[in-house]
Amino acid sequence: MTAFLQFVVDVLALGGAYALMALGLVIVYGILRLVNFAYGELIMVTGYTLFLLGGSPLPWILMAAVAVLMAVLTGIVTDHVAFRPVRTKSVTAVLITSFAFSTLLQNAALLLISPRPRSVPLPDIFSETVRLGGVVTPVRNLITIATAVVLLALFALLMKRSVLGLAMRAAAANFTMARMLGVPANLVITSAFAISGLLAGIVALLWLGRSASVAPGIGLEPLLVAFIATVIGGMRSLEGAVIGGFLLAFIDTSLNHLLPQDLLKFRDAFTFTAVILILLWRPEGLIRGPAAGRRT
Amino acid sequence: MLEVAGLEVRYGAVRAVRGASLAVGDGELVALLGANGAGKSSTLRAIAGALRPAAGSIRLDGQEVLGTSPERMVRLGAAMVPETRDVFPDLTVGENLRLGAFTRRGDAQGVAADRERMLAMFPVLRERQDQPAGTLSGGEQQMLVIARAMMSRPRLLLLDEPSLGLAPTIVQRIFAMIVELRRAGLTILLVEQNAAQALAIADRAYVMRQGEIAASGPAAEIAAATDLQQLYLGG
Repeated sequence: MTAFLQFVVDVLALGGAYALMALGLVIVYGILRLVNFAYGELIMVTGYTLFLLGGSPLPWILMAAVAVLMAVLTGIVTDHVAFRPVRTKSVTAVLITSFAFSTLLQNAALLLISPRPRSVPLPDIFSETVRLGGVVTPVRNLITIATAVVLLALFALLMKRSVLGLAMRAAAANFTMARMLGVPANLVITSAFAISGLLAGIVALLWLGRSASVAPGIGLEPLLVAFIATVIGGMRSLEGAVIGGFLLAFIDTSLNHLLPQDLLKFRDAFTFTAVILILLWRPEGLIRGPAAGRRT
Repeated sequence: MLEVAGLEVRYGAVRAVRGASLAVGDGELVALLGANGAGKSSTLRAIAGALRPAAGSIRLDGQEVLGTSPERMVRLGAAMVPETRDVFPDLTVGENLRLGAFTRRGDAQGVAADRERMLAMFPVLRERQDQPAGTLSGGEQQMLVIARAMMSRPRLLLLDEPSLGLAPTIVQRIFAMIVELRRAGLTILLVEQNAAQALAIADRAYVMRQGEIAASGPAAEIAAATDLQQLYLGG
């Protein structure tokens, strides 16, 4: 029973983080049909902002807010630098510009800060553990679960109830038609990048809590996780991204619990095998998403 | 209200529209006829800003709007109903209508009144308000896209092939709605392949062939012209 509870908490905590990462990636993909390969760097930017603010007397929550804000700004800058100038020209061009922007940010961190991991300030509560029904779990896991629940609820509310959310859903289904109803293309796209940055920034705080440090390459794993989760869930669907995130976390956590010690280092190989099996069964992902769709 | 002159639309090396000129006066219902591939839809999409013409001039109320973005055209008062009947299938009928009023977010009362007017005009949409638009029949979707376009309170409605793929009885109802909208003071540019039906309700008509305006005149004259069939088939 305790083992089961432990398992559930692990899946929910990891899944919450994965789901938010995937959502941040898919919200831009849904509208532009383009993967933002500079997505992982949003997490890096959040980390380095925290690191740079580390020595200051500010309360942690304020540092965190500034760090998240930097992620949002970086998201918007990504749109302006890597996407907007070439968006209507070619898909290949945007692929390359978003890779280039990602590399640029990483190299800036290498050059200006250090190739070595730097420690980031974290509140004490992140390293405490709590006893819950016989299970000892890091408080950080519970914070992750709570954050995921609140953010997913807020996000759902925004998408279902607000006019902006409606416009974004419409733009994801048929961009040109949405524009012919007066929805400005740039407003929708910039909003998508800003929301993507917000989700990445908040996830980064939780993600950094695991190692308490930031390095230039820190964004790679979240980008990969988000990408795989959206592919499993269906690249075109917001619900799919969330489901994909939790499913991926379920697979990872199950393997952590089930695999013998000497196979554990090959966990990713098992994970990807499971992903391949899912895709053989549902090549379009679990959720299909809106029917029609085209780019600008 | 609308003056198009020397419009050229190209898809790569293909010239879909070659120097088309036409005009639509205030309160007029003008039909743009022609065979499949004559360039009617391209002309309409160019006016709506959905594609960028290679050359020419498009004036709305005397103001040059060539190359204007589609979102700006809606604000200027020109609403487009595309032939593909692009409802947002996952959004409910109500949400589709709400989106149609996107440009009028400050005018909640006016939007509510217009919504009421549209639901009165298309009662089936009221019944299906909370249903995803993708579950509607073809005719219902056509009503929805017209009602949705009307939610922006346009002065000029650009209608692309509203009869496409619909049963004759439904087509008649849609055309009756178009007449009603026009009677309420709306200016309409109607693209149709169904020439007889379009000429029955239009004031004037243009016939396009191979990207050019091949004939124009009062609807009755165009309808009476013996070479109408030839205009269509002679391409």
